Amino acid sequence: MSGGVTAEIRTTHILDLAAEGKRLDGRGPDEYRPITIEPGFVVTADGSALVRMGDTAVLAGIKLEPGKPFPDTPNAGVLTTNAELVPLSNPTFEPGPPQPGAIEVSRVVDRAIRAAETIDLTRLCVTPGEKSWVCYTDVHVLDHDGNLIDAALLAAVSALAHAIVPAKRFGVREVDYALEIQHYPIESTFVRLGEAIVVDPTFDEEAAAQGRLTVATDEAGRVVAMQKGLVGAFSPDDVKEIVHRAFRHGDRLRELAKRSSA
Amino acid sequence: MGSVGAKEVPVLLSPEGIRIDGRRLDELRPIRIQAGALHQADGSAFVEWGANKVMAAVYGPREVHPRHLQQNDKAVIQCRYNMAAFSVDERKRPGLDRRSQEISKVIAEAFESVVFAEEFPRTSIDVYIEVLQANAGTRCAGLVAASVALADAGIPMVDLLPAVAVGKIGGAIALDLKKEEDNFGEADLPMALVPQSGRLVLLQMEGHMTEEELARALDLGVVGCRDIYEKMKAALRERYAVRPAEEGGA
Repeated sequence: MSGGVTAEIRTTHILDLAAEGKRLDGRGPDEYRPITIEPGFVVTADGSALVRMGDTAVLAGIKLEPGKPFPDTPNAGVLTTNAELVPLSNPTFEPGPPQPGAIEVSRVVDRAIRAAETIDLTRLCVTPGEKSWVCYTDVHVLDHDGNLIDAALLAAVSALAHAIVPAKRFGVREVDYALEIQHYPIESTFVRLGEAIVVDPTFDEEAAAQGRLTVATDEAGRVVAMQKGLVGAFSPDDVKEIVHRAFRHGDRLRELAKRSSA
Repeated sequence: MGSVGAKEVPVLLSPEGIRIDGRRLDELRPIRIQAGALHQADGSAFVEWGANKVMAAVYGPREVHPRHLQQNDKAVIQCRYNMAAFSVDERKRPGLDRRSQEISKVIAEAFESVVFAEEFPRTSIDVYIEVLQANAGTRCAGLVAASVALADAGIPMVDLLPAVAVGKIGGAIALDLKKEEDNFGEADLPMALVPQSGRLVLLQMEGHMTEEELARALDLGVVGCRDIYEKMKAALRERYAVRPAEEGGA
């Protein structure tokens, strides 16, 4: 995969194709790979979803536990998002502490969930200032063929959308209840390949990319998070065009997610 | 209700010798093995075994990291058994705990016993096992998945490595414990068998068994392993069957 002459040849080839409006796998510049969402993949989780985006596969699992609210938000539950880029998912990953790449995925996904107010955190409060639910979203990357951020958020939101608060198991209430989400953030990631800007990059396209930009949108027409990554630059006009494209992809992916969790 | 706060021990075995999920004592849970479940790995397999879901991937032979582990006369086999945070009832903190490290070690050693490592000096064969959903017997399910993944990666081996745990519930020796049986049972004995030689390359035990019970447990485990062996071979045949006009892969 990485390194050496073959990587260089592949990069040159990807850039040559992009100049003609083409991509290695035959997609157009504004086309996602096929997406499938499988909610409820893991029964030990309080909510879960397996998302496949082409040859990328990520699994998100939700776990809720009673804990203590933060002192500055006594009436709110606590959200934490964590992504594991386990070495099973790609030949370039080594076992060890979380790499910057994994931390970036976690943080960008977390930011979109938080900023979009995906969850009404007051619903996770049990006793103000004393007891609230801690909602862990763990994203496990199984197969890494690029664009982890979009796949991870799609999996996380799909898992949250049908998560059940295990109130009975922890003796907090008589019955379990649905977590429910109030907003539906979707992230769309683009990379620059020469003059072309393509959506949903594969692993090889990310390796060839001269800059990456992720835009998170919600169903209310708001941009809720952005992240520019990799070495490279975008003009303000590039960014405006990318945001415009992100809204269209957001609408489509959101419908896909809603249909699969229904 | 017990007064000391201990959980009530469920009845694991009916007088007729039927277990809580309706199985007989010598019966395995349903097992589904998919060879070749991932795209990036050199070899992979996904195993659903009762309520366990385990993914395994193999990379290599490739450069050794960290370098100092390199061996001049053979490949090193490195294994990483890991559990997803959401794979168990109580969320598990991400990363390898001591249990995972021990399991990784004994699984790596089991594979070292069957892989022709001397054919690939100065390389590493990396075996990764991710437990996505756990319900007792994950090390055996992981071993089976990893063994099929090694075969899928084209690594030469003496044989595939079927594995199963035998235990003791309600005083009886039982094959392939599920979670409640593991939690409330009296013993647990995971093992991995080299079918060609009939020898065991992984063997652990915890609990109480008499000499006679242990002997029966070993015999029962071997029979179970041979059953699983057939399922492993079938999964690989399925993966590499020549089907005109269509391509395999998942």
